[in-house]
Amino acid sequence: MKAFIAHFNFEFLNGIRNKYLLLLTYLLPLGFYLMMGFVMVEINPLFLGGMIPAMVIFGILSAALLGIPDPLVTAREKGIFRSYKINGVPSLAILLIPALSTVIHLIIVAVIITATAPMLFDAPQPVNWGPYLVVFLAGAAALVGLSVLIGVISQSSRITVLWSQMVYLPSMMLGGLMIPYGLLPESVQRIARILPATQAMNAFNGLAMGGTADFSAWGSVITLLVGGVLAFILALFLFSWDSRNTTRKAHPLLGLLALVPYLVQALIGL
Amino acid sequence: MSHPAIEVVDFTKKYQDFVAVDGINFTVQEGEIFGLLGPNGAGKTSTLECLEGLRQPDGGSVRVAGIIPDSEFHKLKNIIGVQLQSSSLPDSITPLEAIKLFSAYHKVEPRFELLDRLGLGTKNNAQFYELSTGQQRKLALALAIMHQPRVLFLDEPTAGLDVSTRSLLHQMIKELQEEGTTIILATHDMAEAEGLSDRVAILLNGKLVKTGSPLEITATGAGLTKISVRTRSSSLPLAVDSFPAVSHTLSQEEYQVYFSTDIGPTVSALIEFLDRSDDTLLDLRIERPSLEDRFLEITNAGERI
Repeated sequence: MKAFIAHFNFEFLNGIRNKYLLLLTYLLPLGFYLMMGFVMVEINPLFLGGMIPAMVIFGILSAALLGIPDPLVTAREKGIFRSYKINGVPSLAILLIPALSTVIHLIIVAVIITATAPMLFDAPQPVNWGPYLVVFLAGAAALVGLSVLIGVISQSSRITVLWSQMVYLPSMMLGGLMIPYGLLPESVQRIARILPATQAMNAFNGLAMGGTADFSAWGSVITLLVGGVLAFILALFLFSWDSRNTTRKAHPLLGLLALVPYLVQALIGL
Repeated sequence: MSHPAIEVVDFTKKYQDFVAVDGINFTVQEGEIFGLLGPNGAGKTSTLECLEGLRQPDGGSVRVAGIIPDSEFHKLKNIIGVQLQSSSLPDSITPLEAIKLFSAYHKVEPRFELLDRLGLGTKNNAQFYELSTGQQRKLALALAIMHQPRVLFLDEPTAGLDVSTRSLLHQMIKELQEEGTTIILATHDMAEAEGLSDRVAILLNGKLVKTGSPLEITATGAGLTKISVRTRSSSLPLAVDSFPAVSHTLSQEEYQVYFSTDIGPTVSALIEFLDRSDDTLLDLRIERPSLEDRFLEITNAGERI
């Protein structure tokens, strides 16, 4: 427990001291939130209804997909994991503690957005706070788990960017953050449902914001939770201490199994 | 009777088709300082990394305090300390945080005083990227010894350190040995290995070509011992055949210098000559071949024992 607390304290402070992480966790999401609040609402007043969940999900996407994988790859390449191993730090702690500290930073960002959006932009608040918290945590678990997995299976920083952007960019365009899911063509909707952001927006709308879900809201929550846990278990299984020692328990492409819950959701349409 | 702290039997390590270490054998007794020497690519780091549990051997076996490093790492982690040649810490971690974090994982009380001892007292709260290379290596050493390990692995511990820090580090290594710590020292610095090690092993192209104390290793070479003699009357002849086992001679300032393959007969004959000639010995200096000389001799010749 002492080790967990010391490690968590360091990782939490690292999220603030490290300018790269500070930018991706706080400055980018909050700056984008203010910009969207002042500009997008003028262009498209309908955006206001889903502004809070959209900006919270954007914060999770930025902090997780852009902020988690690259430091993991860099730490492996620089031999930081080797130092951790010889000092008895288990792989579970190496992956879980930065993920948890990211979630804490995300909670702070979500609180700032949720508290200020009604005051600054007249954005509607959540109507069901319990489900709002549940959906937020499920969305964070899904995207943080996926991000940890990307960091584990990527062999270099360049590949990391590729994998991260393969989730980040479609999520921004098709995840319901800018364009509501219902306005997408049916064929695109199927693809959009593979994305954690789409599932999170659907669950927020159906369970927390007083709107109507386009498909099963609780199905989305379950998909996010199962997807997050599965991605994290796969990351733990495929973890490698050393970039020079390429021995892994299985091929990194096994990580694609993390998409199974979303594919099942998209195909059977829970 | 001490038991081996390290046992290496027919140990082999391969990277695809390249054999980095080829069936080597050695043991290290408890409390010993054991130097692992060899040119770049000789297999030193591969050997150390398998002993440290960072890599798996491809053949033979290695044991540290009776523990198989790779499969029993959970037992190994608290009895070994490691200063890796290539390792790092997160850029933003401070020395205080690093000590606190890794002490917690080793389940020992943090020994912050090590930072003062190693001259990092003023850098307690500096972030890792702000430390110089030497300061980063000192922190790595503090982390390696803070839990008082039974076996300490030091891979190029003084690379990049200034003279006074090297001296301090050597003193600390000796103190750790006095406390019973077994130390495995991989280094390119022959003077360091000769000064600190009880025994050394020389690796070449993945094979162990020589083991023994520095004195034994230097004594078995073809290297010549330099005998410099200064007398009141400078009566000593410089001809090669004047004294036994002399290969060549020279005159250097006020000294007559003899290079001997066997110093015993040469020195006896020199003293005898001085007695007979009523000359007076003013100074006699004997310089044996250094470990570095012997190391170069072995590595250049690719010698196999």
